[in-house]
Amino acid sequence: MTTPSPSAAAFDPAPILAGDRRAVARLLTQVENGSPLAEAALAALFPHTGRAHLIGVTGAPGTGKSSLVNELAKTYRRQNRTVAVVAVDPTSPFTGGAILGDRIRMRDLAGDAGVFIRSMASRGALGGLARATADVVKVLDAAGFDKLIIETVGAGQSEVDIAQTAHTTLVVEAPGLGDEVQGIKAGILEIADVLVLNKADQPGAEGAQRALRASQEIGRAAGPHPTAGRAAWLPPILPTVAVQGQGVAELAEAIDRHRAYLRETGLDRERERARLTAELEGRLREALLAHLLARLDSGQFRQTVDKLMRRAVDPAGAVAQLLDAARPA
Amino acid sequence: MDQRKIRVLVAKPGLDGHDRGAKVIARALRDAGMDVIYTGLRQTPEMIAEAALQEDVDVIGLSILSGAHLALAPRILELLRANGQGDVPVLIGGIIPDDDVPPLKALGIADAFGPGTSTETVVAAVQAAARRKWQADPPGAG
Ligand SMILES: Nc1nc2c(ncn2[C@@H]2O[C@H](COP(=O)(O)OP(=O)(O)O)[C@@H](O)[C@H]2O)c(=O)[nH]1
Ligand SMILES: [Mg+2]
Repeated sequence: MTTPSPSAAAFDPAPILAGDRRAVARLLTQVENGSPLAEAALAALFPHTGRAHLIGVTGAPGTGKSSLVNELAKTYRRQNRTVAVVAVDPTSPFTGGAILGDRIRMRDLAGDAGVFIRSMASRGALGGLARATADVVKVLDAAGFDKLIIETVGAGQSEVDIAQTAHTTLVVEAPGLGDEVQGIKAGILEIADVLVLNKADQPGAEGAQRALRASQEIGRAAGPHPTAGRAAWLPPILPTVAVQGQGVAELAEAIDRHRAYLRETGLDRERERARLTAELEGRLREALLAHLLARLDSGQFRQTVDKLMRRAVDPAGAVAQLLDAARPA
Repeated sequence: MDQRKIRVLVAKPGLDGHDRGAKVIARALRDAGMDVIYTGLRQTPEMIAEAALQEDVDVIGLSILSGAHLALAPRILELLRANGQGDVPVLIGGIIPDDDVPPLKALGIADAFGPGTSTETVVAAVQAAARRKWQADPPGAG
């Protein structure tokens, strides 16, 4: 099919494109809930996306991400750039609810029509956050915000998903006790385009910075650098004191340098392609599964699982059987 | 796949510096499965209305211990109406004398709770308020 989904005609994108805040806010709820209206809206808005600079901010709880986002947004506002913030907090696996408290640290941004802050719960579904965040980002992108900052708690898969969504990923660390770094985790340095050592006013900040540099060097020695063959990007390590705004101008500068680097090397197009490929594959996988399940007789899937339980068939054999059963006659 | 959750804003307007009660309520609402946007202390009516707009909340819960509820409520309701959110139910908890409940309701406050109200009562009231709002404005409506 070359036409957008038929329902796209029913959605009027004009208020979103004009940046109508109430329309944007309401659509974000629809998107988060995966409603049919959201699908139509996203189809209509997609041609208007791809302009905003997407900045991911991740790191352990309490490292100062929200405080940094507050300061970064203020810096961008002084440069006359508009800012949208998506702040994600974890859903409780036990109750399904969430406390979304990032606005507490962003009160300086209140009353500014050039800023839009939206809190979001992670909802826990595997890969679901990446999808919902990607769609939320599309709405805000179409609404015309220049800078789009996505804050997520660095836990498990979510930060990797965010690094895939964002153009520029900030990993925020903070000094712990002694030379330890509060949030440092295997793998997290690899997704950082910029490393921020926040709470540089706290004891142990210098040791933490050394520790970060050392882990960065070990990581670099271990594997081929993802930018091999190009002018390499070395993720800078920048100390900040978010609560005093210190180091934030330098941070904003580094983020802009990274964006310029992506453009000059053509990496931005490449990453965009990888991102859209991954999104297409994910959606296709889901659609194909739904399509296949719809073709089976009712109960057939469950009966196949029963057969697996009895060891009457192996999983690969079961797939072959189900594909066969779903084949058009 | 529609997975609508109640989005509730818990805010603490006014200048008094205690948010223990607000935090207890926020946690109880979270435990009831809601997405709770918690904005912390010293929120002006303008900040509350702005957060309600950006977060597209279904319900607003205000914790007011300062005794300023009769002064704060009209301003907040007025800002909500100006933003096209006059249909968002506002509940107030805190130090609210019984005598103040009827005038608050006359202003358009959905419910008001004095000291000693159980968290179960508040959770049930928020759920009922959200359900009423959704009935009047079903999901998917532009
Ligand atoms: N001393 C110090 N405290 C900070 C700094 N940045 C943030 N904080 C504090 O650290 C706590 C957590 O900050 P927050 O921004 O909420 O962290 P998040 O959980 O990563 O979003 C708050 O009490 C902040 O005031 C900093 O640079 N120095
Ligand atoms: Mg935060």
